[in-house]
Amino acid sequence: MSSTPKTLFEKVWEQHVVAEPKGEPTLLYIDLQLVHEVTSPQAFEGLRLAGRKVRRPDRTIATIDHNVPTTIEGRLNIVDQISAKQISTLRQNCKDFGVELYDIDSREQGIVHVIGPELGITKPGMTIVCGDSHTSTHGAFGALAFGIGTSEVEHVLATQTLPQSKPTTFRIAVEGKLPQGVTAKDIILAIIGKIGTDGATGCVIEYAGSAIRSLSMEGRMTVCNMSIEAGARAGMIAPDETTFAYLKGRRFSPQGADWDKAVEEWKKLPSDPGAKYDRELVIDAATLAPYVSWGTSPGMVAPVTASVPDPAAAANEQDRKSFERALEYMDLKAGTPLSEVAIDRVFIGSCTNGRIEDLRAAAKIAAGHKVSSRVHAMVVPGSQQVKAQAIEEGLDKVFKEAGFDWREPGCSMCLGMNPDILSPGERCASTSNRNFEGRQGRGGRTHLVSPEMAAAAAIAGHFVDIRNWEVREEVTA
Amino acid sequence: MEPFKTLTSLAMPLDRTNVDTDQIIPKQFLKRIERTGYGDFLFFDWRQTPEGKPVADFVINNPRYKGAQILVAGKNFGCGSSREHAAWALSDYGFRVVIAPTFADIFFSNAGKNGIVLARLTEGEVETLLQNAQKIPGYKLTVSLEEQTVKDDRGFSAKFDIDPFRKFCLLEGLDDIGLTLRHAAELDKFEQQHEAATWLRAK
Repeated sequence: MSSTPKTLFEKVWEQHVVAEPKGEPTLLYIDLQLVHEVTSPQAFEGLRLAGRKVRRPDRTIATIDHNVPTTIEGRLNIVDQISAKQISTLRQNCKDFGVELYDIDSREQGIVHVIGPELGITKPGMTIVCGDSHTSTHGAFGALAFGIGTSEVEHVLATQTLPQSKPTTFRIAVEGKLPQGVTAKDIILAIIGKIGTDGATGCVIEYAGSAIRSLSMEGRMTVCNMSIEAGARAGMIAPDETTFAYLKGRRFSPQGADWDKAVEEWKKLPSDPGAKYDRELVIDAATLAPYVSWGTSPGMVAPVTASVPDPAAAANEQDRKSFERALEYMDLKAGTPLSEVAIDRVFIGSCTNGRIEDLRAAAKIAAGHKVSSRVHAMVVPGSQQVKAQAIEEGLDKVFKEAGFDWREPGCSMCLGMNPDILSPGERCASTSNRNFEGRQGRGGRTHLVSPEMAAAAAIAGHFVDIRNWEVREEVTA
Repeated sequence: MEPFKTLTSLAMPLDRTNVDTDQIIPKQFLKRIERTGYGDFLFFDWRQTPEGKPVADFVINNPRYKGAQILVAGKNFGCGSSREHAAWALSDYGFRVVIAPTFADIFFSNAGKNGIVLARLTEGEVETLLQNAQKIPGYKLTVSLEEQTVKDDRGFSAKFDIDPFRKFCLLEGLDDIGLTLRHAAELDKFEQQHEAATWLRAK
């Protein structure tokens, strides 16, 4: 064999090339499109106006996640009429075009990036798109998964393809053993802090190295989820035994002989030894700590033991201006230790950290403690299945006894498109993915952290170093 | 999509880096099911106070820039959420060109689908344009897509790169689905063979 060694990305890309017209982008076949209520109505309307159909309803699934209230009463009667209209529009579109919908009352409803994997719809080697930038989550399985705009949603519905310019490749290896208290969320926050929010623009990142290999599928999804926050087109992790063990027996995973064949094919996907990347970066896992974001961009992060940085120390004039603006919005003073920053709200959930393992980790911290009297803390499972599993393990009781507000599944306070929002000036420790101005509600101040850090902050009323936390009770399933 | 050839217009300076799509169009306007009518909500949280009063020192409220169709901004413009509503809002407001050192990927793609020309200039060139647009009343730029240039009438002239196919589509105002359907026969053939990959089926 003398063929050129290939990366995981190149293998998946090449398997999906429909046409390579001269001087034009490659026409790429899309194995799966995930659809939700917010970015799809104009796409379906476009199909209607042009008299087009959905080419492959069997490669399209839909759910309702962004707008859905997270209380039972709220879901039964959606007060916001514009949200209600958007939801009913998706129902009608799915009916008209033959697309399977996991509706609000489905036992499989949830955040689109949580249900794809848990239903076994997401698979290694696939090309996956969704009108949502956090589609990069699915790259944790070795799929090429990326977010698209509504015009592209329509394009994929009509043709099951997308014209795409080939991205460059960026291998980020995290090597060594993760220190105690340092999670997948801290790995990705550290990476974004290091390379910046435009550090991977135009790239597909492949995460590799022993620290990445040691992560569960949930942890890998957390890492890939925030690839977009570093500007990347997508993030990918090579499939391995951890991936196969996660997928085996899921509803839409291959069964019997098909399963064996699938694993055989998926095992061919990891990058070949000697494969070339356009860029490479190695991070020593031992240098990582629990992180807290202090500003209004996900690259503005620091270890929990650090202080709010001084804009005067910024590398250039542009950064200085943006740091000053961020501190003003966040109402923080340079030099304040992050552990002294008091919070009003806690949000545990989202497509970044709303999976069962995240809830287990947070519950372990919360067990036997009480939420601070000055804090309102919410736990929002990422899906109905996550919720059911958590209840089976008794995690809901742990949270409720500790004083957390246990909610129904959805995107919730990650983006404030439903009743869960911050009030102006409120400060939140959040396990979500974006700390942009107003993201969780106008005037709201978001600090991105891991589920463990969020749970500890809820109890202490301010940020604390999770590495020194007193675990009071064992949580056993 | 409206074809784009050349445009001469007032330039509006937005001297901020990492302008994310949550700022371009905040979440509450994403609940609408229409494709038009987003212009009034462009930079909503920056242009008016929570009480609904215009923020006097925000550039969009400065009458000097009324009618500007060219926006000049800092690096990594359009980062964050994939919402095409950001491109719709810019376009609806009247912008046909955004000039910045860099743009985020998904926004870059969305802008192209809505006939918005994104011109990447160097940080130094953008800084010059930001300064000029702030200091010189009535400062205008001419953007030629055919020549791939940004010029003013005071001697500033810069070239920008653009993918030839994207340029062609913008010049002609072409719709993507129609272009893809030129490959319908190849698609049918590919899809038939691809079905054999049972391990890549969704369900």
